[in-house]
Amino acid sequence: MAQQQVDGHEIYYVPSQSKVPVWLAFGLGVMLYGVASWMNSLQTGQHGHEIMMLVGFLIVAIALYKWFAAVIVENHAGLNSSQVKRSYVWGMGWFIFSEVMFFAAFFGALFYIRFFALTWLGGGGEKAITGEYLWPDFSPDWATGAVNPHPQFAGPDGTFAAPSLTNWGAYLPFYNTVILLSSSVTIHVAHTALKEGNRRKLILWLGITIALAFLFMGLQIEEYVQAYRDLGLTMDSGIYGSTFFLLTGFHGFHVALGTFMLIIMLARCLKGHFTKEDHFGFEATAWYWHFVDVVWLALFLFVYVF
Amino acid sequence: MSAVIDAHHDDHDHGPAKGITRWLYTTNHKDIGSMYLWFSFIMFLAGGVMALVIRAELFQPGQSFVDPHFFNQMTTMHGLVMVFGAIMPAFVGLANWMLPMMVGAPDMALPRMNNLSFWILPFASALLISTLFMEGGGPDFGWTLYAPLSTTYGPPSTTFVIFAIHLLGASSIMGAINIIATILNMRAPGMTLMKMPMFVWTWLITAYLLIAVMPVLAGAVTMMLFDIHFGTSFFDAAGGGDPVLFQHIFWFFGHPEVYIMILPAFGIVSHVIPAFSRKKLFGYDSMVYATSSIAFLSFIVWAHHMFTVGMPLAGQLFFMYATMLIAVPTGVKVFNWISTMWQGAMTFETPMLFALAFVFLFTVGGFSGVMLAIAPADYQYHDTYFVVAHFHYVLVSGALFSIFCAVYFWLPKWTGHMYSEALGKVHFWLSFIGVNIAFFPMHFSGLAGMPRRIPDYALQFANFNAWSTVGAFIFGLSQLLFLYVVIQSIRGGQKATAQVWDGAEGLEWTVPSPAPYHTFSTPPQLK
Repeated sequence: MAQQQVDGHEIYYVPSQSKVPVWLAFGLGVMLYGVASWMNSLQTGQHGHEIMMLVGFLIVAIALYKWFAAVIVENHAGLNSSQVKRSYVWGMGWFIFSEVMFFAAFFGALFYIRFFALTWLGGGGEKAITGEYLWPDFSPDWATGAVNPHPQFAGPDGTFAAPSLTNWGAYLPFYNTVILLSSSVTIHVAHTALKEGNRRKLILWLGITIALAFLFMGLQIEEYVQAYRDLGLTMDSGIYGSTFFLLTGFHGFHVALGTFMLIIMLARCLKGHFTKEDHFGFEATAWYWHFVDVVWLALFLFVYVF
Repeated sequence: MSAVIDAHHDDHDHGPAKGITRWLYTTNHKDIGSMYLWFSFIMFLAGGVMALVIRAELFQPGQSFVDPHFFNQMTTMHGLVMVFGAIMPAFVGLANWMLPMMVGAPDMALPRMNNLSFWILPFASALLISTLFMEGGGPDFGWTLYAPLSTTYGPPSTTFVIFAIHLLGASSIMGAINIIATILNMRAPGMTLMKMPMFVWTWLITAYLLIAVMPVLAGAVTMMLFDIHFGTSFFDAAGGGDPVLFQHIFWFFGHPEVYIMILPAFGIVSHVIPAFSRKKLFGYDSMVYATSSIAFLSFIVWAHHMFTVGMPLAGQLFFMYATMLIAVPTGVKVFNWISTMWQGAMTFETPMLFALAFVFLFTVGGFSGVMLAIAPADYQYHDTYFVVAHFHYVLVSGALFSIFCAVYFWLPKWTGHMYSEALGKVHFWLSFIGVNIAFFPMHFSGLAGMPRRIPDYALQFANFNAWSTVGAFIFGLSQLLFLYVVIQSIRGGQKATAQVWDGAEGLEWTVPSPAPYHTFSTPPQLK
């Protein structure tokens, strides 16, 4: 269907009233109240509001489903002019930038701890006096995870710090890097196929991307199991574990979200959605996937290798 | 679903829906703007009451009115509510109302997300304020949430505060994305970047700052959350972490945040002063570059909030000089505003009075900012009432005055009626006098060494504090007059013309007053 035109201008489609946003806001409020109550109940042992958490999540899920469905229907109905589509493009781009800044906070914490805080606690650098007075015998070693001045934190028995290059054949994070980087290539191949109008190729390579995503998450779970079971590397084992689990954990969460998005895209491709020229839903997902990939690259370098 | 779309074609050029669902389900930027503004005013009153509790306690030395634990909750909540509930939503409300009209767009770029950004706020605020009624009380560690006060020693309700901040942040990020998309994508043909009105420019840069730093705050409170509940040791030196790390991350957010609260104010004043001086804004280009420079500098000055925490000397020097550098672009702005007035045919209606007070009092706050930037001097000022005086001069007589200024300036466009000029002026003078009586003595009590966030004080500070309290009550109560003036203008009064102010320029003055429910369904032709 053609876009509406007045005086040679495309009409910018302004949706009429929608029930979805206010429900989504309500759902978010309920869910987070539930999550906060549940977290507090972990410490007090009192009964929390787990049911609120679930109800809130359901409302959020339904609202998001309805929202995306409405956008897809509008686009199929031809309501979205090229200008409206550009708004979605800007929106996704800036959303990814906000995600970059979220990770930047955790990377910033990692750098500050490694280069300033631990040096000072260990009696080095300009604030060496901290270590001298408080923990004179403490010398931090990031590579082994020996970074806790106080005995209340046991510290891990080992870390996932990278071995010498010749031993990378048995180094799980290296495989994870290869897998995730490959998935960035495969999603690009799928995108190219979509632009060529080659459906079979699109679905094949999108499927491969999803398979790689699951492989990555499986290995990541394996790594966590090893950390907890074999290495004593836990979230409460001191700052090495704190940074390790929050960085890899939030990355893993974003991979899971990205995988979910890829699955939705696969379902839409199977339903025959998207055309050669008009497939921003797919492209946005691909952008997001490249983004989690780049974050992983930074993780691999700064959490594992260096 | 197609029914929804069909319905749209019918109601596009009609007025708003009837009843409460108009506000719940709306996608209209004017409705959403109004909701933002009303919400922010309610939060302003709530935060104001908290401020008056603080001032009542400090009216005289000794514990007289509330217990110290509750006093701490009041200082914390007053800060959080005013920053996240009053000032920021007010500017977003103004952006919603004005940006689409200023750039000649039919609405915000993503209208449904716009409504989501707003409706998150009441739920987030309910979550935040409900902590006051929880076991152990609300947050009592200051709005800066410093660890370990907030992690090891915080009340159980801290968890709720953290999630409230997550929600408020999500709302801000979505609002900012919407604003950037609107400005970059929806300008009328011919409106190049360097032809955009200043309010649009300042909001573009503000939105960029919001998207860059709100996620950092989210990261900071997330680390708090994990330290509290899941045994991580980000802010615990025993486990190799560092409480100072929290301050670094928080202020990496916090300093751009204060510019988020002042850049749109610069934009507003850059509209009002030319309008009432009947001259073009002096130095438009330099205004744009100055705003950009301030935004850039805001990312590299954060540690001036923590000179006394124990930082390497090189760090202190860097942050001191970088901070002082901000005075240069800010000086450019003040110079331009004054030059705009130079030889102008000036009149002094209420918006202009607030704009002039803004320039004057914001500069006072700017000067005390330069004093605080000097690291060796800051050792004396840190955590005293001098700091409180400084940031209330820039946030109350700065940001808040610019919001009043904007409301008086655009109210006739919104309601179609002129407000009562006489009552507006009374409101201005009461606010102006109240603000100065409340906050000017704080410079002195601070320089004499009175610490902030303490419910009691030594006798020598008694006079200054008594004055501050009197001023705070004058200022607080006079805001009820503001409410009255606004309601009066909504209900009736002298009809406003489309132009409203004869010196005002911009697309918003080309549409009738009150502005029709839908403006610029097709982009206007720029001259």
